[in-house]
Amino acid sequence: MEVRWLRTRGQAVAPYGLALAAVLVIPPLLVIIPGVAPGYVLYLISLALIYAIVAVGLGILVGYTGQISLGHAGFFAIGAYASALLTLRMGLPFVVALLVAGALSAAVGFLLGLPALRLSGPYLAVATLGFGLAIPQLVVWQGSWTGGSSGLHSLPLASLPLGVSTIVLRTDQDFYYLAAAVLIALTIFARNLVARHTGRAFVAIRDSEIAARAMGVDLVRYKTTAFALSALYAGIAGVLYAHLLHGISPEDFTVLLSVDFLTMIVLGGLGSVGGALSGAMLLTFLQNALTRLPIVHDFKNLYIVVLGAILILTIAFLPHGLAGVVRSVRLRSAARVRQGASPVDQIVELGEGSSAR
Amino acid sequence: MSGALLDIRGLTMSFGGLVAVDGLDLTVGNGEIVGLIGPNGAGKTTVFNCVSRFYEPDRGTIRFKDRDITGARSHEIIRFGIARTFQNVELCRSMTTLENLLLGQHVVMRGGVIRDGLRLRGAGADEARATARADEMIELLGLTDHRDRVVSALPFRLQKLVELGRALVSKPALLLLDEPTAGADPRESQVLADLIRRMRDRFDLSVLVVEHDMSFVMGLCDRLYVLDFGRRIAAGTPAQIRSDPVVIEAYLGEPEREVADA
Repeated sequence: MEVRWLRTRGQAVAPYGLALAAVLVIPPLLVIIPGVAPGYVLYLISLALIYAIVAVGLGILVGYTGQISLGHAGFFAIGAYASALLTLRMGLPFVVALLVAGALSAAVGFLLGLPALRLSGPYLAVATLGFGLAIPQLVVWQGSWTGGSSGLHSLPLASLPLGVSTIVLRTDQDFYYLAAAVLIALTIFARNLVARHTGRAFVAIRDSEIAARAMGVDLVRYKTTAFALSALYAGIAGVLYAHLLHGISPEDFTVLLSVDFLTMIVLGGLGSVGGALSGAMLLTFLQNALTRLPIVHDFKNLYIVVLGAILILTIAFLPHGLAGVVRSVRLRSAARVRQGASPVDQIVELGEGSSAR
Repeated sequence: MSGALLDIRGLTMSFGGLVAVDGLDLTVGNGEIVGLIGPNGAGKTTVFNCVSRFYEPDRGTIRFKDRDITGARSHEIIRFGIARTFQNVELCRSMTTLENLLLGQHVVMRGGVIRDGLRLRGAGADEARATARADEMIELLGLTDHRDRVVSALPFRLQKLVELGRALVSKPALLLLDEPTAGADPRESQVLADLIRRMRDRFDLSVLVVEHDMSFVMGLCDRLYVLDFGRRIAAGTPAQIRSDPVVIEAYLGEPEREVADA
């Protein structure tokens, strides 16, 4: 019992230690590697971290609660535009803009969750798709204060309060640390949540709404909570995105981005926080790598084709995504250790396909 | 019987033109095990679905602990103290036995998004308490070997047991069992009847059970209601039901064989 306790504790803490070490090691490492521009690579990693925040939040909604969304670029846009307007037009500090924009996005998520209560499957997909399509259109329509299709530019640098003074995040490296810190904090929050009372209610809704209701899970409360939470994550990520690029335009928030987000969590593995993280990282770097291929000069949308292929191949061959692959590798090594029990027993015991943990 | 735990009066529910339950009166007293029997399509499960508020009855009232619950919502029922199982098992398939039994305690735990996400004080202790309660139930039901198995991989008979455990951990006053013997052989049914009686004594329960298996309900229940085409055609002790000519005529069919068996 004692040993088992230590092991579970170890498993829970180890990934965070590893993540923290990686975050700290990457910047000095980039400096010594010849041939790379550290600033650009850090910018790229920051972008991947920001997308990972969206993916972790979307994972709560799609992976755990089983509610699809094809409109999360809309929440991303709400966060980005809200913080851009608050800092640029109203001169509010970055942190205030971050909190207000996040809350605004969560509130819109809650509202979108209300009609979603009556919809499921393809109908919900179409409804959220409509939301995702509408947001950039609204931005263009309200051009007088949103900058229209040319967008908002020259956003102030992000800054953090420190006692009475403020630290201004001037370099790519500063911003990279901020994005990493936000991602780690929100990942820990998500992992805590899904392992407990709230997460069980989410998974219960995904598995059987009838069982969930019979066990006292209020569908209205938990579905809207899942929508609001995932919108909060996307909104916060949107704030970081706007300030990483120092400028935004409606073109940054197309439906393609929503599909991107969804592909990240499908590739990583639905119902796995770690899967959402790795899916986001992989796709961001893949997209960047593809734009550098020579043939891309006359085939600008190669990434869209690749994205579609990844989505189809993952669903066909890796229904549990990368997280599922990791699980089955662990399963095999565990099977080698315990040769006594039958393989079927071990598959069952290790919880193939279980994502409630 | 105004002191009854569950008091159903004039319950009527129809689907389209078909009357599934027709003016049913039914009570369950404290500590009683009451059976609801009848041929297929007699409306037994419809009664359950009305009590657990999955269905909206056309007429009638449902009172529980002297409180009218006819207008309550389905997720509130378990909080009042009524827990149920389902004919074809409604477990959370991707969860383990333990996780299903933790879900069963949803309403007795505090929860909260901020509290869970930030691991605030008490959230961990709450989980630990719930896990201890679940483990106790798992042991009581003999599911120890299956504690960390995903329930979709368990045989149907064990899934029924997990579902029973999930209903029991919510500490209900009234347990609604929909065909608990489905998938069990006669010997297992006997074990199940003993288990239900033990649970009733241990947890101070009242039980309303829908069943097909006549010998099972005859042996288990204190009182029986017989439904046919949504109407109550008889009510009484197993002995009374067994010798009721209306029941024999309408439901039991060939009295020589089936009733003698029971």
